[in-house]
Amino acid sequence: MSAPSSTPATTSVPGPADTTWAGAVRRFLERNLPLTHLLPSRQPFFVGSWVYIFGVVAITSLVWVVGSGIVLASFGPGWWHIEAMGRFVNSMHFWSVQLLFLFTALHLWGQYFMASWRDGRAPTWIVGVLVFLIALVTGFTGYVSQQNFDAQWIAINAKDGINATGAGSFFNVLDFGQMYGLHVAVLPATVAVALAIHVMLVRIRGVVKPIEPPAPKDAAAQATSGSGTAKGGKA
Amino acid sequence: MDTPATYLELGFIVISVPNLLVILTMVGIFIAALLAPFPGHHAIEEDGDVRPE
Repeated sequence: MSAPSSTPATTSVPGPADTTWAGAVRRFLERNLPLTHLLPSRQPFFVGSWVYIFGVVAITSLVWVVGSGIVLASFGPGWWHIEAMGRFVNSMHFWSVQLLFLFTALHLWGQYFMASWRDGRAPTWIVGVLVFLIALVTGFTGYVSQQNFDAQWIAINAKDGINATGAGSFFNVLDFGQMYGLHVAVLPATVAVALAIHVMLVRIRGVVKPIEPPAPKDAAAQATSGSGTAKGGKA
Repeated sequence: MDTPATYLELGFIVISVPNLLVILTMVGIFIAALLAPFPGHHAIEEDGDVRPE
């Protein structure tokens, strides 16, 4: 057997002049999101804390919310209100949502006190806030989609509030079809996309380093230089 | 389940006992997460997911 002598004529090797959109996307992903960043074997030393678990637990809760929601949507309100298994899955859906928001709030606390928007991570923070806000609206549309008196009570009381914001003309909480469609399709898909972007941004930039106090020497030097350039001093 | 929750009033702060319990639980979990040792926490500082700033 002889080794292949040349590259087949049909193979084109993209060079620096590759100006296709596919090439641009590929170069962007290779530069910003190599597999070693997407699936790292180990995390930095400072990630060894339970505080970093809150985000993952929130995502896990969301998986349970979506899974139980798919089952509920498949069988319908008669099942989730009457049948024993339906009531169990309905409760699982409800309590998964409670855990989702509980751990999302804890994740928010942890990242806030770490100032996790540092070092170019502002987009990660902003998208995270968007995920939280969209999830809140998703939860609200869920409360008015229960198909019981509780849902009617919430919807009728919320109608005045929504009208007061001016959104009542296109966001009608008394329209079950609109609320249910938003709850099971539009908003979960939006949450999923925004959450995927959030996680991608975390993987691209990495986990933010903890805030470290300045070393004693640095602090003294900073104080000295700071006094020389303070307001009122000579430029 | 059919009875209204008990509310606590401290001046302008009005909160139901269930809500207060949830908030206290969250604070407790947060403090525990800060203080509890993390299993398998490796002692080498300069390894892992290192990337340029």
